[in-house]
Amino acid sequence: MHYALLIDFGSTFTKVTAVDLISEEIVGTASAFTTVDSDIGTGLNVALDRLRRVTGDIAFEFKSACSSAAGGLRMMVSGLVPELTAEAARLAALGAGARITRLFTHELTRRDLIAIEADPPDIFLMTGGTDGGNRACMEKNAEKLRSLSVQFPIILAGNRQAIDACEDALADFPVTVCPNVMPSFGVLNIEPVQREIRDLFLKHIVNARGLSKTKEILSDILMPTPSAILSAMKLLADGTEKETGIGELMGIDVGGATTDVYTIARGEPVDMNVICKGLDEPYAKRTVEGDIGMRYSVAGIVSEVGQSWISERSGLTADDCATYISELSDDKSKVPLTHDDALARFDHALASGAVEIATRRHAGVLEEAFTTSGLIYVQTGKDLRSVRQIIFTGGSFIHAQSPLDIARHALYTERYPMSLRPKQATVLRDDRYILSAMGVLAEREKDIALRIIKRELVPLGDISLGDDS
Amino acid sequence: MEQGNGKKLVIGVIGADVHAVGIRILEYAFREAGFDVTNLGVMVSQEEFIGAALETAADAIVISSLYGHGELDCRGMRDKMDEAGLDGLLLYVGGNIVVGKQDFVDVEKRFHEMGFDRVFPPGTPPEETIYYLKKDLGVD
Repeated sequence: MHYALLIDFGSTFTKVTAVDLISEEIVGTASAFTTVDSDIGTGLNVALDRLRRVTGDIAFEFKSACSSAAGGLRMMVSGLVPELTAEAARLAALGAGARITRLFTHELTRRDLIAIEADPPDIFLMTGGTDGGNRACMEKNAEKLRSLSVQFPIILAGNRQAIDACEDALADFPVTVCPNVMPSFGVLNIEPVQREIRDLFLKHIVNARGLSKTKEILSDILMPTPSAILSAMKLLADGTEKETGIGELMGIDVGGATTDVYTIARGEPVDMNVICKGLDEPYAKRTVEGDIGMRYSVAGIVSEVGQSWISERSGLTADDCATYISELSDDKSKVPLTHDDALARFDHALASGAVEIATRRHAGVLEEAFTTSGLIYVQTGKDLRSVRQIIFTGGSFIHAQSPLDIARHALYTERYPMSLRPKQATVLRDDRYILSAMGVLAEREKDIALRIIKRELVPLGDISLGDDS
Repeated sequence: MEQGNGKKLVIGVIGADVHAVGIRILEYAFREAGFDVTNLGVMVSQEEFIGAALETAADAIVISSLYGHGELDCRGMRDKMDEAGLDGLLLYVGGNIVVGKQDFVDVEKRFHEMGFDRVFPPGTPPEETIYYLKKDLGVD
């Protein structure tokens, strides 16, 4: 009975990981197609059969799961000013592992309401105004949502003076109230909302999604997968009382449709002549680039870096690149046949582009300002230049032939000197996709999860500024 | 400290101006006078003033400038406020807001034309600004 079973219901694959809690080892992993249309239990059973072939018949002390199946945790968020409360709401939802299907700023319009009705979210996070500040935004939005014919859980986390009116207006909705995400100007307070999102995910979402007819499986789903990964990254960086962490880090997951970037880092300015602007950023920060991915979002990568960039890095002609771009848009399941065929080289360039763009969007930026006291830099977001570890997870990186060349695109470069990315780093790779499983395991066994992560991540080497890229 | 008067101010030093001390003194003085103050500090852009005023539902924006470029930095502020739905919001400016020694009557006129409700010359004591804030916001 000293085994734990960890399950990750992904949108495509259901992955299972068996851990021996005494020897603190992963005794087996397996996967099967996720079966959301019928019953998610069917795919799980196939994966478990495969796992049993590796581990033999073992009994589990507990089973826990995370899920991003059936579209993941789909949230809409609203705020007032795009860079302020709306941004705070966005950071809160992403950090809780959600996928943001819509972000609204200022007051909702009729068109917005039609969009919400057409594709209702799992949770709606409503913010706006500092405490004692703007009330109209939240109050009017609540009044507008009341008219909808669909209902969904709503979290109110804006100006506390607006809460009463909002609760009255939204009496027909399951409403929870949290402390303001931006209680006073520029101050971020998102943990309470994130805990609430997680609670709602457990209570309502998993059930409502018809993920399974088997009650037994349901009770084991603890959190959305990205939230499990973020929590594994945080555990790895911070350590526990008994086991030291490895310090500040960046994590990158280049997927088929999106690219996620995680940083566990304070990111405070290092120089004297730097002034910080904008909202505080969370220590554990996750961003998701919905237009950057290896199959569904090829166009986003190409439009950002340009076709010649892709062709230069893949060694393919512009025509060949164009052909792959259109072929991949028709057939998302195309994969390279060998490590150095043309598609593999094309994928290499795509992954490089994805890492380049996604890290640039995640990292803080500097701007120069000439003042009477000389040159001053204005910093927005996190300064990650001193982060020394980058963790890669996800298939596109695991199967890559020259992963360090891809990883170099996450670094600070003279070409974008104002983008505050790590100057040098040790690259670690999650070869057996264990991060989400360990994030789930950490709910019960923090020390064991941490020791397994530290052992399982494969160091690929060091990269630094000035390496040819 | 006086009892809070319920009026909210957004204050800061506009543009590429790093004079950090004066704005702290103003913050302190305004707070002592009963105002609820959001101090944006130095090097504040017009957009930051406006974003902060929207979120905090401010009753007035008080802009400080000490390095002589205030006239450039403040240009278009009122138009942007109108665009953001802050039309009619009380807007003050004060400090060394123009280059060199100029006749303050001319300076004041130019800033009035730019949409500023009150314009304060160098050396204005905080009490004077507080007096006008209270008057314009109908306090006491």
